Amino acid sequence: MEILLVIIIGLLYAAGIYMILRRSLVKLIIGLILLGNGANMLIFLLGRVVKGHPPIIGPTEKILADMYADPLPQALILTAIVISFGLQAFAIILVKMAYKVVKTDDLDEMNATDEDL
Amino acid sequence: MSNPYIVLPIIFQLFLAILLMFCWTQKNLQKLVSTVGSLIAVAIAVIMFAQVWKSGTLVTQAGNWGAPFGITFVADTFSVLMVLLTTLSGLAVSVFSVGAVRNARVKFGYFPILHFLIMGLCGAFLAGDIFNLYVWFEIIIISSFVLITIGGEKAQLEGSIKYVTMNLLASVVFLTAIAVLYGLTGSLNMADLSLKVAEIENRGLVNVTAILFLVGFGIKSAVFPLYFWLPASYHTPPPAISAIFGGLLTKVGIYALLRVFTLIFIPDAFMITLISIMAALTILSGGIGAMIQNNIRKIFSYLIICHIGFMLAGLGMYTELAILGTVFYLVHDIIVKTNLFMVSGLIFKIKGTYSLRLLGGFYKDYPKLSLLMAIPLFSLVGIPPLSGFWAKFYLIRGGLEVDNLVLVGFIILGSFLTLFIIARFWSEAFWKTGEELPKKLKVKYYHELKPLKQKAMVVSILFLAFISLGIGLGAEYVIQVASRVAEELMNPQSYIEAVLGKL
Repeated sequence: MEILLVIIIGLLYAAGIYMILRRSLVKLIIGLILLGNGANMLIFLLGRVVKGHPPIIGPTEKILADMYADPLPQALILTAIVISFGLQAFAIILVKMAYKVVKTDDLDEMNATDEDL
Repeated sequence: MSNPYIVLPIIFQLFLAILLMFCWTQKNLQKLVSTVGSLIAVAIAVIMFAQVWKSGTLVTQAGNWGAPFGITFVADTFSVLMVLLTTLSGLAVSVFSVGAVRNARVKFGYFPILHFLIMGLCGAFLAGDIFNLYVWFEIIIISSFVLITIGGEKAQLEGSIKYVTMNLLASVVFLTAIAVLYGLTGSLNMADLSLKVAEIENRGLVNVTAILFLVGFGIKSAVFPLYFWLPASYHTPPPAISAIFGGLLTKVGIYALLRVFTLIFIPDAFMITLISIMAALTILSGGIGAMIQNNIRKIFSYLIICHIGFMLAGLGMYTELAILGTVFYLVHDIIVKTNLFMVSGLIFKIKGTYSLRLLGGFYKDYPKLSLLMAIPLFSLVGIPPLSGFWAKFYLIRGGLEVDNLVLVGFIILGSFLTLFIIARFWSEAFWKTGEELPKKLKVKYYHELKPLKQKAMVVSILFLAFISLGIGLGAEYVIQVASRVAEELMNPQSYIEAVLGKL
């Protein structure tokens, strides 16, 4: 399971960075989404993947005696997903607006910021 | 000491932003509420600063979940100092916006978002939990995204694409760093991390994590070679927005770097060398970049980068004296950079252009305003007794103390570059005989504005200029504050004890 996750995370990061380096704006957004998902998976993996041990203290026990799945990474991932959802929604609208105004989705042709006044 | 009131600056800004949303259609009411609210925020920050100064680090645990399990807010001297500076430049920008931001932008919620941004900044300075810091960073960037795109001009949208991309990338790197750190230690509380990271035996892995943090915060604070988004975007939004960005957004990256590299990762020789090299190249690239620019806001953008290098250099020297210099520089830089972007906005409102070549004759036409603008400009150069001088003095003394002559050389070189740039700026924009510029129809000129708006712009510049003068002339007091901050940063035991209780 860990090996599989490691490979998937590596692929997500690699694909994300590759997509960011492309010139098309849409691919840029896809790259950012992939990177965000890669980071979420990384948190999940590094929180130690444990199968079938929920972090619930039984009625007769005082502490968790057995090994248990750490619930914190899931809370972190949930937060990160919500945040990245908002940011990505914004980024998509921004790209759409930019396409309407600049009339290109090629990053190399967006040079208005370098113009000398 | 536990004190739940330290989240008040955050809650207050949230309250203010919500209140402003209720006056969505009443533009004048929004301006009034924003100004009065910013004044109250300054008062809160001053009271908090006084309390922390008197009784030491204050801590609050959210929901009474004891550290390291709950979310912690910590107000040590550094945090409250940054909150105070944030509210001060927030007040200045809020007043400046009354005059300088067009009604069309106010209609789309400029003021509420401005206060959400300030809330995020206060939160980032008070966070005692690394994941909470990440969340505050996200609040800062989402607010800044809205501010940088509001109005939707062509240059603004192009600039914001670069800005948004790099900031999202920085967030991903930061999140990755948090993931690795959590995997290594199983904790997110910064005080707890400080203890746990020190015990890890695999130092190589610790250094890799530290570099991930360095890259994440480095993109945000625009250090070499991660700064290219800054000069591409900071000159595109209206000057009031550039002012709050230039004054505070890069500095929050420097704050995070200082916090993380003094509390969690104590840099070893390799990290020190890496930070020093980055600092030297940041100074050089920022300074040289500013020399060839013609747009005055781009000049200031590159100068931000150059001076971020100074602060990073202080971290690279890593002694108490050098950190003192960095903190002093931070205090000086937040006020001066906010003011400079407001000055550029006022020049634009009067002349209708940002081009240094076209500007001229400002001193002849507006001698009083020119003298006022001279204060932030020459503070930036560091002409004694203005504020920049003392900051550089301590940085250079810190460098000499550890015999890091290369870095000292770069700081002096950076100062000369700044002097050259400001001297050129002064002679081109203020002393050169100006030609009559063609009137632009789209620009609303200064003399066409209502007197209240004119006064708002001048008063906010005057306010920050007075603070700059105050920092320069009352340097003794600022040094007391900065030296206490440096002492607390270099000896994190008091921070850890305040959060986790006596060990």
